[in-house]
Amino acid sequence: MTNFGFKISNTRVIHLDECKMELVRKLYKEEPSFKRCISCGACAATCSARQFTDFNIRKLHTLFRRAQYEGVQQALKACMLCGKCTLVCPRGVNLRSLIIHMRKILFEANKK
Amino acid sequence: MSNYFSPFVLPFLIGVIALITICIIKYIRWYKQFNRVQKTLLLKNILSWKFLSAIWETVWEALFHRKVFKRNFLLGYMHSSIALGWFLLILVGAVETELAVNGPKPFWTGIFYRYFIHDPQAFKHAAFFAHLMDFILLYVLSGVILAYIKSIYSRLFGMKKTSKHVVFDRFTKFSLWLIFPLRLLSESFTATLYNNGGFLTQGLGDMINYTVADVLEIPAWTLYSFALGTFFVAMPFSRYMHIFTEVILIFLRKWGLSENEQVSGFTMYELSACSRCGICIDNCPLYKDLQLQGVQSIYFLRDLRYKRPKEEIADNCLMCNRCMAECPVGLDLMTIRRQMRNKKELDTDSNYKYIDNLQAFNSIGRVVYFAGCMSHLTPGIVDAMLNIFDKVNQKYWFMDKDKTICCGRPLWQQGFSIQASELRRKNTQLIKQSGANMLVTSCPICYQSFKKEYNLPIQVMHHTEYIHGLIKSGQLKVRKDDLKVVYHDPCELGRGCGIYQAPRQILKSITTLLKTKNEKDKSLCCGYNLGNTVISLEQQTKIRNAAMDSLLSKHPDLIVTACPMCKKAFKRATDCNVKDIAELVKENMIL
Ligand code: SF4
Ligand code: SF4
Ligand code: SF4
Ligand code: SF4
Repeated sequence: MTNFGFKISNTRVIHLDECKMELVRKLYKEEPSFKRCISCGACAATCSARQFTDFNIRKLHTLFRRAQYEGVQQALKACMLCGKCTLVCPRGVNLRSLIIHMRKILFEANKK
Repeated sequence: MSNYFSPFVLPFLIGVIALITICIIKYIRWYKQFNRVQKTLLLKNILSWKFLSAIWETVWEALFHRKVFKRNFLLGYMHSSIALGWFLLILVGAVETELAVNGPKPFWTGIFYRYFIHDPQAFKHAAFFAHLMDFILLYVLSGVILAYIKSIYSRLFGMKKTSKHVVFDRFTKFSLWLIFPLRLLSESFTATLYNNGGFLTQGLGDMINYTVADVLEIPAWTLYSFALGTFFVAMPFSRYMHIFTEVILIFLRKWGLSENEQVSGFTMYELSACSRCGICIDNCPLYKDLQLQGVQSIYFLRDLRYKRPKEEIADNCLMCNRCMAECPVGLDLMTIRRQMRNKKELDTDSNYKYIDNLQAFNSIGRVVYFAGCMSHLTPGIVDAMLNIFDKVNQKYWFMDKDKTICCGRPLWQQGFSIQASELRRKNTQLIKQSGANMLVTSCPICYQSFKKEYNLPIQVMHHTEYIHGLIKSGQLKVRKDDLKVVYHDPCELGRGCGIYQAPRQILKSITTLLKTKNEKDKSLCCGYNLGNTVISLEQQTKIRNAAMDSLLSKHPDLIVTACPMCKKAFKRATDCNVKDIAELVKENMIL
């Protein structure tokens, strides 16, 4: 098939009843600045790790926010914590802290 | 022997025995916690001449408290009068006893000298010694009075905020404060009865009624002995454990021991060597600008020592190094802080496969230029550096031109040491393979990392050092502009790596540098430092504004700094122009 550089995503369904919202709530509590995120994507655009791979920090925190945690924990380990995203975020989200907290929360949740 | 014993000696005696036993137990336990390297160093150096310089430092720092004097005269006087004064009381007391009593005598004779030796002419210069001992006692008492005043009004001592102590510390402090007035009282009573005092105790003694003195002499000596005993028993568990530990720490350091990646016996010595003097509080930006309390090094170390550290406190520090630069004991506060950030299970298998394929560029005869992640957000700095390289015909390999591997320090600072080491390994491999003979970086964070955390076989320079070298050797010709500038010392470059002169020399040759209040090791953190993940942007901004106000108070035409992060922080908030030193050099190059 010809590759046009885009593809049609599969339909995704979020089962609200099955979402573990408490993790999201916990994240908001640990890093309140995340509430201000407008998903603009500046963080992902500047990301050092993104220059190498398809690691996408906006995608990951958006997934987390939607309580779709699958794969997020492993993917987050690609971050080098360099801080570029924090510096460019127009909304003053403390992304480095957010990333560490996402990892912590997911680690704790998966341990149980 | 029985001539020199009285039941009131017992509390003192028990105190001394307890003190020595507890200290020995603690010190042996911490010794056992030394790692192999530390133990080897200790055994290797213990018999070297280094102990001479350790003794010298002990006298200057642990007794005289030179560094505290530098901070504030009254504060220094207070510390040294109690430390040095008490030491002299013991020392001169021992000499006095030795002269007065021939043959064996118990070690406490000197402590209760005037009670046991009534003859004012016990030996040839006994009267002189009586006056001397009184003088020293007066010296100590003056310190105790100052300490009391300080606890009420610390501003007099150059301290806005004095330490808040736990109850047990206050109790111990109280027993310490009681020792010397009680000694004065006891000696005065004895002087009333036997006329064996010096100018102070005799003077006081003469004012006291004989019968009163007769009745109160023994109770006073007993109380004195109790105060001593209480203090000695409490000491190893209180902040006063620093008295001995500080001295041991000086020796350990001279023998080459230092902090490690992980907590070790050395950390235990450091924790107990903190006197909780509180000098590190005032200038901590988190206190100064945000009024946060309980996170400063003094409290952090205290919580650690009493085994109740809170993760949030370990994380809440800018790693700006200011407290470390001020700490009179010279504790390695930043390393201890980082050890406690250990992310343990979180810091395991990373996901850095993507850097594996990166290849080095054959750079024999070139320098490696490592801009650093942050410099990519301030392209002006990178552009200036590349211009300068071209100008002096220096071939370079721009290592992180479009694929940036972080130096690893941001991870490392947050306690992800395993992950950080993976980045270091790859960077080291690339640099070694390139065959270059020098690495130049524009970011002080990377610079400190390459200098201290890497073990590179080639020279590492921050661009300030590199440019300074070019100007000095005449390779880079510059002209002088007519601006008036202030220079902001970045924490990581200044206090972190001690680079203060290179940027100043450069600036002197291209522009007019104004002096500022917070220069060099007193520089204020810009607040955007990567060390802290806890404070919010609003709080960072407050810290930044304080630093900026201090710079702007000189009404400069331009703020110059040498760190992309500081530049970004200031640039956002002021109409005054902000430039990196490399950019200013580029503008002033003679074509
Ligand atoms: S840059 Fe800030 S506001 Fe934009 S998506 Fe990232 S976190 Fe959200
Ligand atoms: S801190 Fe992580 S997510 Fe942010 S820019 Fe750096 S690598 Fe990307
Ligand atoms: S860390 Fe240093 S400056 Fe701070 S209280 Fe302890 S000894 Fe004093
Ligand atoms: S490093 Fe800076 S922020 Fe941290 S405790 Fe010391 S002075 Fe405060």
